[in-house]
Amino acid sequence: MSPILGIWASQNYPRITSSYESIASVTVGSGGAANVEFTSIPGTYAHLQIRFIHTVTNGNTPTYMQFNSDSGSNYSRHYLVGSGTAVSAGGDPNQTDADIFGYTLGSSTTNPTAGIIDILDYANTNKYKTVRSLVGCDQNGSGEIDFVSNGWRSTSAITSIKIDADFNFQQYSQFALYGIKGS
Amino acid sequence: MAVTYDKIATTTLGSATATVTFSSISSAYTDLVVIFVGKLSAAATCFLRYNNDSGSNYSQTDMIGDGTSALTQRRSNVSGFRLYDIGASSNPINNLIFSVNNYSNTTTYKTTLLRGSDSGGEVGAGVSLWRNTSAINRLDFVTGSGTWSAGSTFTLYGILKF
Repeated sequence: MSPILGIWASQNYPRITSSYESIASVTVGSGGAANVEFTSIPGTYAHLQIRFIHTVTNGNTPTYMQFNSDSGSNYSRHYLVGSGTAVSAGGDPNQTDADIFGYTLGSSTTNPTAGIIDILDYANTNKYKTVRSLVGCDQNGSGEIDFVSNGWRSTSAITSIKIDADFNFQQYSQFALYGIKGS
Repeated sequence: MAVTYDKIATTTLGSATATVTFSSISSAYTDLVVIFVGKLSAAATCFLRYNNDSGSNYSQTDMIGDGTSALTQRRSNVSGFRLYDIGASSNPINNLIFSVNNYSNTTTYKTTLLRGSDSGGEVGAGVSLWRNTSAINRLDFVTGSGTWSAGSTFTLYGILKF
């Protein structure tokens, strides 16, 4: 079984502080990874952004996330998807994860799925959480571009994010977490 | 010390220009982001190309809303990442945001995400694949015909992960 990569998100290193800061990153090694997790996320930013590329060991899997180890039916989503041949839209309530789609069609090691995920007001303890994502994969004859909005019905500040797929992430997949400051 | 979100270069066209190029791009960043705000001298098909590659090494999947319907399309084995049908000078401003994640790795092909709008007609998103494992060190924004209008702005950013 491939290891789960969990990392401490609070790092001590010299850097220039600015409105947009790198918090942590994971690059999957030669053994692959079942999933990736950012933990101990500080609550000092206004918003979070995750930027990634990944490939998986098999195809036709979406990418999804869970917050604070919550696997309950506390997520919901709306999506707009273009497959190159058809546009589809829909919504799904009461899900057990935040699905950002990004289907990887096939197990290619060279055609990565790329994504940008925005988690707005993640540390606010008065609001449920909203996730916005733009994710896509093209494989020269197949592919998909996805706009997805997810909601997490919890007022807890997000302190951990687990990113998963139905198959292992392959070597060189990379996920980076950034913090965006408010005032 | 490195800045996480760094402006690498910016160009505001003083006169109409057929091709805008960012070259000698450092491989030190993790992702590249380009923001375009501008117009064309005439409605035209425009492309983004990497490393001066004009071969049929690109493909893309797009999704567009034109105010009447939602469309999706695919292009395979084409000679560049085709941008949306950017409006000509008589139309309002066009905005495009490109993101190339992990642009300097030499293991995978390069996937680019695009969001764009032409306030005169369309909004959309797309994903493109450049079938080359080389690190990207050059971007060319090419007009198939016509020119980028004076006043158009292209800004290149680098994002650096820890």
